[in-house]
Amino acid sequence: MAELEVETEGRNFTINFGPQHPAAHGVLRLVVELDGEVVERVDPHIGLLHRGTEKLIEYKTYLQAMPYFDRLDYVAPMNQEHAFCLAVEKLTGVEVPRRAQFIRVLYSEIGRLLSHLLNVTTQAMDVGALTPPLWGFEEREKLMVFYERASGSRMHAAYFRPGGVHQDLPPDLLEDIGEFCETFPKVLDDIEGLLTDNRIFKQRNADIGVVSQQDALEWGFSGVMVRGSGMAWDLRRAQPYEVYSELDFDIAIGKHGDCYDRYLVRMAEMRESVKIMRQCLDKMPKGPVMEAGGKVAPPRRAEMKQSMEALIHHFKLYTEGFHVPEGEVYSAVEAPKGEFGVYLVSDGTNKPYRCKIKAPGYMHLQAMDFLNKGHMLADIAAIIGSLDVVFGEIDR
Amino acid sequence: MSKSIPDLEAYLLAELGTALTGSSVSHEELTLNAHAEQIVKILTFLRDDSQCRFETLIDICGVDYPGRARRFDVVYHLLSMRENMRLRVKVKVEEGGAVPSVVDVYPAANWNEREAFDMFGILFSGHPDLRRILTDYGFEGHPLRKDFPLSGHVQCRYDEEQRRVIYEPVSLTQEFRNFDNLSPWEGAKYVLDEADKKEGEAG
Repeated sequence: MAELEVETEGRNFTINFGPQHPAAHGVLRLVVELDGEVVERVDPHIGLLHRGTEKLIEYKTYLQAMPYFDRLDYVAPMNQEHAFCLAVEKLTGVEVPRRAQFIRVLYSEIGRLLSHLLNVTTQAMDVGALTPPLWGFEEREKLMVFYERASGSRMHAAYFRPGGVHQDLPPDLLEDIGEFCETFPKVLDDIEGLLTDNRIFKQRNADIGVVSQQDALEWGFSGVMVRGSGMAWDLRRAQPYEVYSELDFDIAIGKHGDCYDRYLVRMAEMRESVKIMRQCLDKMPKGPVMEAGGKVAPPRRAEMKQSMEALIHHFKLYTEGFHVPEGEVYSAVEAPKGEFGVYLVSDGTNKPYRCKIKAPGYMHLQAMDFLNKGHMLADIAAIIGSLDVVFGEIDR
Repeated sequence: MSKSIPDLEAYLLAELGTALTGSSVSHEELTLNAHAEQIVKILTFLRDDSQCRFETLIDICGVDYPGRARRFDVVYHLLSMRENMRLRVKVKVEEGGAVPSVVDVYPAANWNEREAFDMFGILFSGHPDLRRILTDYGFEGHPLRKDFPLSGHVQCRYDEEQRRVIYEPVSLTQEFRNFDNLSPWEGAKYVLDEADKKEGEAG
């Protein structure tokens, strides 16, 4: 009889979501406690993709440490490299040439498109639409070709280097990017046509995962997660780096702080990114793309054939690496997912003493319990989708 | 920025006085050094004071200095979106010692403190759920400590006979080689010897 009474009262049901689940956007294990279909508690278990990046970086020279940043948020690799390069440049006091700054901004915005395209379209897939990812991935492919033509690699570019970028862009690449900027807004129109007024998409996203301004501050959110709640906070505007202060762009903000507003913000940001890319193409000056002082950059190949000093310098740079003065800095960029920061402690040698990576997704995923409480089981997928998590950067 | 860094530094030194042990500015970044037991008070002040409003916790992380008596630094990065300022607060703690948890001040501190515990073994007193976060279930040791080997202690694989994943001591066909490239010209100066010679500075 006692057992029967317990049954009629109803028990909470605990289920395991992941570690391999198509809606988890990677290897995320959620332990979900359900009352019927209502979520009572979510306990995210992360670290399944932990590779010890921060430990590995301590054993590498500054230049060797750089490619690890491609492998954090592998959806927008160059934005991560950017944060690390800025940190090293701040410590060493290296000046980046103007052309390199424009190239960096151009490629950071390409990274933003890559990330937002993936996020918006896969979120649509999580709530039941298959066409947007197919259309979006076609455009991502074109952007990855731009990555490849600049750096030789589609994803793990290692293109931004302390002091500038690795190599200058081939002449016809800028034309092709310009052409892309003309045709791409049409694709955005198409994707918006599929989703923005779509009844099912709205029902699944509007009023789901609402974040108030106070919540956004308490949980340490950044990027789209605060802009979706109506705060016009963007590091590109508030604490401008590179040439962002010279460029004209708007900051999109949402009103309600729900998943639907975050989708709208991302769509608007992609249009702004295209605007920034066009300006970069117009304003990009001629000139060197790497600092010329010889502090962190290798000498040109032609020079090495003639000059013994250049050859020695090249050899030292790739064995010993450059030394970074003692000190500590924190530098952050507005990555597509929010504030991506690098806290770098140098002890004056050729290897970082400590490199802490501040990933935006880590803070966002942490709020899963708070965001999901009281929602239905099916909303978990929509909320994870709109948090825009990538486990490369969360697990590190 | 509404307040210049020297102004902010002077203001905070006046307001927080005895809770701090010092402050420094480098690379246009302000760092406060504080007593560990005062951290909750300091962060609450920084969050609520009308001239600071450091309402966003950016990051909490540990740094290991094995040569020091109080071996770990716990570094708090704060951001004030209203005033557009950043701030770093550092406290020192010895191995096995605890820092008061700031989860009540910033809910976002939860996972960051868990990570610092996982990676360095720094304890946070009053933390609601101080479990490991990034490492494997049942992991032993604290990987980001300087005395933890890069290759770790165990490796795991699927065992055909036992039909499960097993853990065994790391065996590498070639030892991990940490090249000392500090200066290829002046002959290898071994970093380890230097570290041994260094006197433990009372931190």
